[in-house]
Amino acid sequence: MAKHHITTTINGEEAEYLCEPQETLLDVLRDQVGLTGTKEGCSSGDCGACSVMLDGRLVCSCLVLGVEAGGKSVETIEGMADGEDLHPLQQKFLEEAALQCGFCTPGVLIAAKALLDTNNNPTETEVRYWLAGNLCRCTGYDKIIRAVMDTAADMRGA
Amino acid sequence: MNEQPKQFKWVGTRAIRPDGVDKVTGRAMYGADLSLPGMVEGKVVRSPHAHARIISIDTSKAEALNGVTAVITAADMPVADSKPVASGEAMINFKDLANNVLAREKALYEGQAVAAVAAKTADIAEQAAALIVVNYEVLPHVIDVMEAIKEDAPVLHDDMFTGGVKPKPEKASNVANRVEFALGDADAGFAAADLVIERQFTTEPVHQGYIEPHAVVADMNPDGKVDVFCSSQGHFMVRAFCSQLLHIEMSKIKVTAAEIGGGFGGKTTVYLEPLAIMLSRKSGRPVRMTMSREEVFRGSGATSGAAMTIKMGATKDGKITGAYAELYLQAGAFPGSPVGPAAMTAFAPYDLANVKVVGFDVVSNRQKVVAYRAPGAPISEYGVESVVDELASELGIDPIEIRSMNGAKEGTQAAYGVKFGTIGFQETLDAAKATEHFKTPLGPNQGRGVASGFWFNIGGESCAGIRINEDGSISLTEGSPDIGGSRASMALMAAETLGVDYNKIKPSVVDTDATGYHFVTGGSRVTFATGMAVVEASKAAIDELRARAAQIWDVDVEGVVWEDGHAKPASTNVGDFEPMSLAELAKVANKTGGPISGHADINAKGAGPAFGTHICDVEVDPDTGHVTVLRYTAVQDAGRAIHPGYVEGQIQGGAVQGIGWALNEEYIYDENGCLENAGFLDYRVPVASDLPMIDAIIVEVPNPTHPFGVRGVGEVPIIPPLAAVSNAVAAATGVRFNRLPLSPPTILAGIAAKK
Ligand code: FES
Ligand code: FES
Repeated sequence: MAKHHITTTINGEEAEYLCEPQETLLDVLRDQVGLTGTKEGCSSGDCGACSVMLDGRLVCSCLVLGVEAGGKSVETIEGMADGEDLHPLQQKFLEEAALQCGFCTPGVLIAAKALLDTNNNPTETEVRYWLAGNLCRCTGYDKIIRAVMDTAADMRGA
Repeated sequence: MNEQPKQFKWVGTRAIRPDGVDKVTGRAMYGADLSLPGMVEGKVVRSPHAHARIISIDTSKAEALNGVTAVITAADMPVADSKPVASGEAMINFKDLANNVLAREKALYEGQAVAAVAAKTADIAEQAAALIVVNYEVLPHVIDVMEAIKEDAPVLHDDMFTGGVKPKPEKASNVANRVEFALGDADAGFAAADLVIERQFTTEPVHQGYIEPHAVVADMNPDGKVDVFCSSQGHFMVRAFCSQLLHIEMSKIKVTAAEIGGGFGGKTTVYLEPLAIMLSRKSGRPVRMTMSREEVFRGSGATSGAAMTIKMGATKDGKITGAYAELYLQAGAFPGSPVGPAAMTAFAPYDLANVKVVGFDVVSNRQKVVAYRAPGAPISEYGVESVVDELASELGIDPIEIRSMNGAKEGTQAAYGVKFGTIGFQETLDAAKATEHFKTPLGPNQGRGVASGFWFNIGGESCAGIRINEDGSISLTEGSPDIGGSRASMALMAAETLGVDYNKIKPSVVDTDATGYHFVTGGSRVTFATGMAVVEASKAAIDELRARAAQIWDVDVEGVVWEDGHAKPASTNVGDFEPMSLAELAKVANKTGGPISGHADINAKGAGPAFGTHICDVEVDPDTGHVTVLRYTAVQDAGRAIHPGYVEGQIQGGAVQGIGWALNEEYIYDENGCLENAGFLDYRVPVASDLPMIDAIIVEVPNPTHPFGVRGVGEVPIIPPLAAVSNAVAAATGVRFNRLPLSPPTILAGIAAKK
């Protein structure tokens, strides 16, 4: 099968790759582009470990085809910090021990940022429902929810 | 949270973990994140049958497919001896392990590996796997534990005769083993009781549910050396198991611990690693293998489903006089369920004179169970804590009070053999009773449940190295895969002992060539045992630093003390010397004898048993049967919380896994013994919107055998939730279900039956 030549933007930089028509964006990111920060926990849209932004929309990259990213803009965990400066969510997750194994963390951070980008004053219930698609088996979610709420509070205060 | 009086500079602080930035920026390398030049992808062929004889395997079509580099079956693997070896919290029989990794004569569960292929791409490997023709003779199967012990049940192993009974049975059966623990006379205890309650309970099999599927990259050189990179709870375990299974000398296998995306006991054994090595040997290339989520559910991990009888008697005023338990735990396809620890922990929270516990290890046609957080204890303690709750409510005694009255304390003789030293069970009960939560009134359809839990905690082998670098910074090496912040705890203990800044210490989990044998990350042992090694290594480095200062000052080493990160004269008699800092001593190390370091290779003894007490509020919707957890408090004695944030995290995460076990999670099999819910959509682990905040309260009753008092925290928190939730549901509905999970259909049926 002929591979497709895809041109896209990843974390603000132009990128191109060759991919099979059936290859997912998740596989392309991890295997072709070398961005392994996006994780695979299920490949079926159930765990959220593969969360990325596609043209400003939160998606499970395991449910998107690599070819679909053509001409669009993809944001992954590798693009979240600004050089050495961590995003406030990343910093808060470290300060509040909101990660244990850290495997769900990239997906959770991407999803949480997508929430705070549109709503900097979410209720606990809103955060819980927004992150309901991001499974974490280690933390029981408590510290994750608190870290997101505390980041939002800081952002409002700033 | 109750903050302790501050006696330490670093221990007890919420320092940022040294591996943190890597983990929030996507840089951390987990099992599936490594690619090597020339690497090919491996794929496993799994049995579609729950029980079947393998008549033949034809790999020729797969081998002929373009891009395939290797195909293996059990014929490529050495035949293992039937030899039990201690591992994790169980004994491993390498013949069984070999069969579990790659089935030889029979497939004993759906999802068992029967062959594997490697090919240039994952797609080709998948196509090749589909071209492997396995000819099976399907056999009758059995899944349920009580079905499996029946006389006429299909027998999995015709050479298995129940151990632990005399005389040795003449007929093979699925009961691998019988265990018994007793103290006093249980029957006499029941005779002395005013109230005796006997109940039957069942729990369903559940999976650890780590979000990272198993993954490995193996690379075997033509000279026989092997490099393995994988996610596991013990790279020394991986080395030992692969060495045993494949007959490769340990020194030829180097295993590097990838970051691990959760394990909870499920990554204390090997699945893919030996296959990847074999495929690499045949391919002459590095091989990567990863499990899909479906493979994780079918072919890895999981703990027992169980059936049990619990009987307890008490006097009118609540004194428990006798206790009996009979436990049946699924082992999966090969012997080795956690029935031993289930039996040992069952009544351990209580100071009882008359106890008898009998347990049975039962094989059936599902994957071989592997450790899951406090293996066995959540099951048996669920039954016991449910009966204790029923005793309390029948006798009109407060549920915390009845536990206080009967609770184990220093000097209590446990039925499983030990006499407890300093323990903190009572303190967890007092702290639970003092919470505002426990006093808050409830509304209609709401109920509150209380339950406690006990786990031994373990020690075991660990090593640590402290190297003082020329600039005064410190490299700390150890070999316990960091599953939830242990690098931070190690660095905190080293900083405290050495008297230096936490940020001067860089801890690394190094490969199997670079440190000595470590037992797995499990049993709540790392902060205790590896922590003890770190403290001892730090002390050895301090002795060396003192010796260097003594040399510079030309005094006896006894004349030099180490305080606050400085060598100082022990008294004015020694002489008037300016204190020398660690950095100053490091700078001149080349003039005083060369590099400065300290090492400790230990087998840590004296792990401190730990207890927890949980309070759970639920609301039950009488129309849908849905249970909402409204509020949850988990109290635990940590001995000493080295990093309180990660201790709370363990408590919260364990509690939520227990809530999942109680409410949603279960393996569902069809009539052919095939798993029907092998995915996160149908096997529903708790999600953020299912839960309230989990209030974690740390109690600190220091373990006298650890330099900082650590007990270990990882396992206790999964034990109480099963009964705490179901006791709360009983309070809300007036129905004692005595089975898990408390899914809506179960609740509705129970409410309907009551009416
Ligand atoms: S890997 Fe995409 S949702 Fe799980
Ligand atoms: S921190 Fe391990 S899955 Fe979330």
